[in-house]
Order: sequence, then structure tokens, then C-alpha cells
Amino acid sequence: MQAFLQVLASGLLMGLLYALIAVGLSLIFGLMDVVNFAHGDFLMAAMYATFGLWLLTSIDPLLLVPAVTALMFVFGATVYAGIVRFAMRAKGNTGMVQIFATFGLATLMQGAAQFFFTPDYRSITESWMGDKTFDIGGVFLPIPQLFAGFLSLVVFGGLYLLMSRTDFGKALEATREDQGAVALVGIDRNRVFALGWGLGAALVGIAGAALAAFYYIHPQVGGPFALTAYVVVALGGFGSVFGALVAGTIVGLVEALTALVLPPALKSIGIYSLYLAIVFVRPRGLFGKL
Amino acid sequence: MNAPLLQVVDVTCRFGGLVANAGINLSVAAGEILGLIGPNGAGKSTLFNQIAGVYRPTSGRILFNGIDLASVAGPARCALGISRTFQVPRSFDSMSVLDNVIVGALVRHRTTAAARRAALSTLDYVGLAARAAAPAADLTPPEKRRLEMARALATQPRLLLLDEVMTGLTPTEAQHGVELVRRVRGLGVTVIMVEHVMEIVMPLVDRAVVLNLGRVLTEGRPHEIVKNDAVITAYLGERHRVA
Amino acid sequence: MAVVTPAPVTNAAHVTHRRRQLAAGGVVLVAVALLPLFVTDIFLLNVLVLTLLYAAVSQSWNILGGYCGQISLGHALYFGIGAYCASLLYVNFEITPWLGMLSGGALSALLALALGYPCFRLKGHYFVIATIVIAEIGLLLALNLELTGAALGIQWPIGDDSWLTLQFARSKLPYVYLALALLAVTWLVTWVIEESRWGYWWRAVKDNPEAAQSLGVDIFRSKMAAAAVSAFLTAIGGAFYAAFVAYIDPDSVMAFRFSLLFALPAVLGGIGTLWGPALGAAILIPLTEVTRSYAGGSGSGLDLVLYGVLIIVVALLRPDGIVSFLHRPTRNRAG
Repeated sequence: MQAFLQVLASGLLMGLLYALIAVGLSLIFGLMDVVNFAHGDFLMAAMYATFGLWLLTSIDPLLLVPAVTALMFVFGATVYAGIVRFAMRAKGNTGMVQIFATFGLATLMQGAAQFFFTPDYRSITESWMGDKTFDIGGVFLPIPQLFAGFLSLVVFGGLYLLMSRTDFGKALEATREDQGAVALVGIDRNRVFALGWGLGAALVGIAGAALAAFYYIHPQVGGPFALTAYVVVALGGFGSVFGALVAGTIVGLVEALTALVLPPALKSIGIYSLYLAIVFVRPRGLFGKL
Repeated sequence: MNAPLLQVVDVTCRFGGLVANAGINLSVAAGEILGLIGPNGAGKSTLFNQIAGVYRPTSGRILFNGIDLASVAGPARCALGISRTFQVPRSFDSMSVLDNVIVGALVRHRTTAAARRAALSTLDYVGLAARAAAPAADLTPPEKRRLEMARALATQPRLLLLDEVMTGLTPTEAQHGVELVRRVRGLGVTVIMVEHVMEIVMPLVDRAVVLNLGRVLTEGRPHEIVKNDAVITAYLGERHRVA
Repeated sequence: MAVVTPAPVTNAAHVTHRRRQLAAGGVVLVAVALLPLFVTDIFLLNVLVLTLLYAAVSQSWNILGGYCGQISLGHALYFGIGAYCASLLYVNFEITPWLGMLSGGALSALLALALGYPCFRLKGHYFVIATIVIAEIGLLLALNLELTGAALGIQWPIGDDSWLTLQFARSKLPYVYLALALLAVTWLVTWVIEESRWGYWWRAVKDNPEAAQSLGVDIFRSKMAAAAVSAFLTAIGGAFYAAFVAYIDPDSVMAFRFSLLFALPAVLGGIGTLWGPALGAAILIPLTEVTRSYAGGSGSGLDLVLYGVLIIVVALLRPDGIVSFLHRPTRNRAG
């Protein structure tokens, strides 16, 4: 029973992190129907940024989260302004062109990471949270993972407030509903998109900073997380923030439970089958509006 | 020969709690031009789409040539002889005008070559022959309407459902549209037109069915309908009723 | 801008247009067939084989993705099935890879139909992700099943050169011609499709499913047919690849990057067009191989940086595909 609870707890925490990684993707999808193929590499970049800053300044990764988030925000907005904006000009099959362009970006980022940091696996070896665990009735929750899960919940709460209470959030929502009409009410579409990308990147940046505290960092680390993020987004429904939270948690739990039953190498089969099972019954995911 | 081509028998259509059509009864004789009119929200589109096969009636039956359409799925209705246009033209934008019509013609022709011949002559019939090679996306809105018509006509329908084809046309364009519909009827096609633009439609249709709030308000010849108090009230409100 | 040839309208003009296309195809076929007379470097011949192979598979992908509009990013599944089918039949039962290709193709087509049943209800991104996920499941199974040799994969036994076993150690030339033949077949299939009823139905389904339905097109059946043809041809490519490299493992035939490499040439060249995938492959594959080879040796990552930048530039320069440079946007316009 203990072991089972342990698995559930780990799965839950990982799921919250998956949700955080996925929500940026979902926001961007929902906003402008763009596939960001480099999303996993944004995560990777945030992890390297955390690692790099830690190497340089020896500041604890816990405290680096705001800085990394800010850096990723700028990065995201730049990617939009420099690449995505042009990809959206395709008259037909815009989806594929975006995949193509962001695939190029993903390759570029992996190459750059390899160039600057070598392909070796890196990790942050000294941090305040590093080797501490929180013991609840025999279930051990490593502090870094616990922090990541907690951070994820805080971020979702903040997102909810941002989307529903602020002007920016409303502008995002409005642009999502009708891209053409918003220009008529004075909303600069390009600006909203750039900020949207910034926000999406910042969100995955928070996840990356938190992840860097307990996960090995290497140029290809983003791949599996990206695929899981896509599954989470689609499962929760494209464009649904709440859906990302629910789906992420479910995915984390299912993945952990699958690893109990099947060989660990096959643990992803559980979440892939879950995705297929859900969308075959609900073609728009759990909460999808698009 | 006297049996109606289309019979709508006691059709009700519900979407969740909303009753879009309630107890609709109407029949259309072969060779008629029937106008389906009524204020916004009257349920014209819903009825239209049930005949076309996009929605299923919650209860009641729709008979085409005696065949209960409940057993006939959307695409099969075209083979049966029911064709429709869309209110906002839905052209195949990656294809040329001619190719758009060929898609329609393929229902009746085994080879693409035969379909192409038929498509060309249909385009000629609606007056779009000069634009045959143009990309469909490049057409002006009135031209797109005519493309919709051509495509539907290429399927050699017995019943043609027109969804607000006259809306937004200039008087000249509308006149051409009216002539086209008359010529189409002359080919033996029965037409049901959902319409808003009364001045254009009334001189064109043989009969009109007025819907209001999901039900049939009245039906009859155009000159009777326009003088009908209930109809005027439905469209314009109490205060405009001529005393 | 481009050559202004009035698009063919009458049947007569169309026949001429079609003949010209066929003639152009023939010219390209001969030109490529003569290339090995001038190119003898082993590495370059290798690149040629891969380019032709990817062009062929991309052409197959294009049938479902470009003409019918159903974007699959899981075609590596069929490629892998073809590769494994041919390999297993040859290694275990000494069955010639020619039959291996056909059985791999048939198996893939059947699987595509079976998967199409639930998948074609999905729209847009949900469909794309379903294809990715299904291919990943295939990859995971291949990695863990004894049947497929798990992570160790399958090694083809070394034997004499033979057209029956498709093993040629002394010269790459037969592979060049085989790959060229495969490309010719897929090109011809596409050429036939362009004028066939299926081709019109598929493009209608791609552009506007509701309108297509109102004109009597059975959307579901159309998608299924496109999927089956596409999967069949892709699997044949996979079987050929297995014979070519004589050793396969899950990562070398079923990884996600292959699904991308099958789709990208079509996007680059012009999705939904006759020449798009071949043009795109002609640019993309040599680019991939050359950057990896000349810049990637040191493991520095610079090859990836270069490759990534080039991809971005190419993607943004002409988002509608290279083909749009060449044709007046009429019936050949990318969908």
C-alpha cells in the first residue's frame, strides 16, 4: 500500500509539472492556432539557462526561477517576431509551414545547446532543495519535485487571474475568438501574439527552471517532454487552461501507474492509449472548445 | 404524377432544449418554385438542413419521391437528386472554377473526361464559362454564388435547395439570378428557396411557406402572403399592422 | 513572374497537358538514370539513393496529406512495418524482399484502414497527434517485443549479390535504380490520381468537407482509400530501405524524425502537387546528409545549427512551397 501511495504521489507531482509544461503550448495553440514544434526545446533552453546561471553565480536554482522566466519571456516574444510571424503568412497549409519552421528552430536550438554545453549530461549538484525529502506517513516526497508541483499550482492560479481579471488576459481571449475583429477595437494583433508567445515561453520556462533542480540536463531532454505536452494539451482540449491542468495531472498519474504494471520502458504506452481512448469518445478532448 | 416530390410530415427538430422546428407540414410539387420565408430565427435554415441531410429530425418524416429520407445519409441524397447551395459560398479554393464543378458532375459521370464536358456546359449555362480556368478563390462574391449554383446543377438534381442566393446582390445581379432560377425550373428542376429579399423572391416563386417561431405560419400564393396580417406582424411587429 | 500558360480547360487541352506532364516525367527519369555516369563517389551515390527514396515516400505521404488534407505525422509506422516485414520474412524464411515489400505494403494498408476507422473522426491537431501517438506505440512495441528483435533489431545475412535478395555489396548502382523505380511508381500513381475521380474527391474533402458531402462525396470512404494507398506505398519504401541498409532497428526506421522527413519534402516542395515532394526531397535530403557529414563529425552541434537555420530560411522564404515559383497558381496551386 505504501508503495502504491508513493507511486501515486510521484505521479501526481510529475503530472502537475506536465500540466505546467503543457499550458504554454495550449495557450499559444488557442491563441493563434500555431504548432510550436520547438516547445520541448524551450524547456531544454530554460533548463540550460538555469544551469548556466547557477554555474556563473552559484545562486540557488530556487531563486533563479524569476530570472529564467523573464529570459524565456523575451525569448518567446523574439521567436514570434523573428520567425513565427513570417510563417503565418503562408496562404495555405499554415499548420505544416509552422511545423517546418519551428522544427528548424528546434534543430537549431539543440545544435546550439550541444555547441555551448557539449552533449554531456549535466546536473545542478548543489542546491538548497537538492537532497531533502518531505516525509508524510512513509511516503517520501523529494523537495524539488514538491516545489515544482507547488509552483505549478501557483502558476495556474495566477494564470486564471490573468486571463479573467486583466486587460491583457481579455485581449488574449478576444484575439483568440476573432483575430480579424480585434483590430477594429484597437488591439494590435501582432503585439498580442508576441506577448502570447512570451507568456507561453515564460510558462514553460518556469517548468524548466524547476525541473533543472532535479533532472539531468542534455540537448535532447526536451523531446519526450514535448510529446507528453502535446498529449496533455490534446487530451485536455486545445486552448483550455483548465483542461491542461486536469489532463496533466491525469497523465502523470497514468504514467506512474503504467510503470507499475508494464516494464518501465513501456510506461508511455499507458498515456498514449489513454489519449486515444479519450479522443475516440470525445473528439475534442476533455474540455476542448476548438 | 400528382404525388408531391417532397413531403415534410410533422417534422420537429430539437437541439437540446431549443425547439427549432415544431410540427412542420408541407409538400412541394414537382416543377414548383417554393419560397421558404420568415423572419430571423424562424427555423428556415433548420428545415432546409434537414432536407439536405445535415440535421436529423427529432420526430416526423421527410419523404422524397415517396422514399423516407431517414434511411438516406447526407452524401447519398445527392445521388438521389437533392442538391443544395450554401449561404456563404463554400468553394474548393485550391481548385479552379472548372474543377469545382467537376466535383459535382462526378456524381453523374463515370469518367473525369465526361464530367469535364458536363461541367463546362454547366458553367456556360450559368454564365461563368469565361472564368473556368480561374482559381475559385479569385472569384468575386456574386461569381462565387453562381459557382455554387453551377456545382449544384452539375449534379443534375431533381430538387435544388437554394440558401439565400439573392442576399447582397445588386439589382442587376439579382435580376440575372432570378432569370437563372427560372431557366433552371424550365429544365424540370424543383426549387426550394430560403429567402429574405422579398421584392425579388415574391415575383419568382409559385408558392411561399412562411415560418415563424419554428412553425408554419401560413402558406399560399405570393400575392396572398404579402397581404396576410399575421405575416406582416411576424416580420414587422404589431405596430406596423395595417389597420 | 511565372510562365503564363493558360490552364487547360477543354478535354483536348487537358490531354495535351497530361501528355506534357508525362513527357516531363520521362525526361527527369532519364536524367536521373544517367546521373551515375557522372557521379561515382560512394557517399554521393548514397545521398542519391536516400534522396530518391525519401522523394518516393514523401510522394506517398502526399497522397493522404497533400491531396486529401489529412496530415499524418506517424507515417514512420508504415515505413517500419514494411522494413520489419521484409526483414523478418527474409531472415527467418528466406522469402525474397520483393514479396516482403508486397506483404509489408498489404499489412500497412490493412492497418491504415483499421486505424482510420476511429482516427478519421478526429479533426485538425487532434488527428495529427493521434497519428504521432500511434506511431510511438508502434516504436515502443518494436523496441520491446522478441518478435522484432527488440532493441537489437534485425541483421540481414551477408550473401552474394542478387536481384532476388536485393543485396548488392559491390556497387550501389542497383539501389539507385530501384529507388528511382520506386519514385517513378509513386509519381505515376500521383499522376493518375490527379485526373481520377478519387483525386477530385480527395481535394474536395481537403478544401471543404461539408460542401463535398453536399455534392455526394463520401468523406469517410475517401479518407480511408487515401490512407490505404499512402500506407501501402510507404511500406514498400520501408522494405526497400531494409534491403538497402541490411540492418534495421526500431530507431533507424520508426523514430519520429522519419515521420517528419516524409512530410517535410512535400511541404517544402509544394503540398498536394505532382512535383512538390520530389523537388522538396531534392533539396532537403542532400542538405540533411551533407550538413551531418561535413559539419557534424566533431559532435560540436554546428551541423545542427546550420541545418536548423537553413530549414527556417527555406520554410519562410516560400511558405507555399517551391512549386509555386514554377506554376501560375491555377490548378497546380498548393492546397
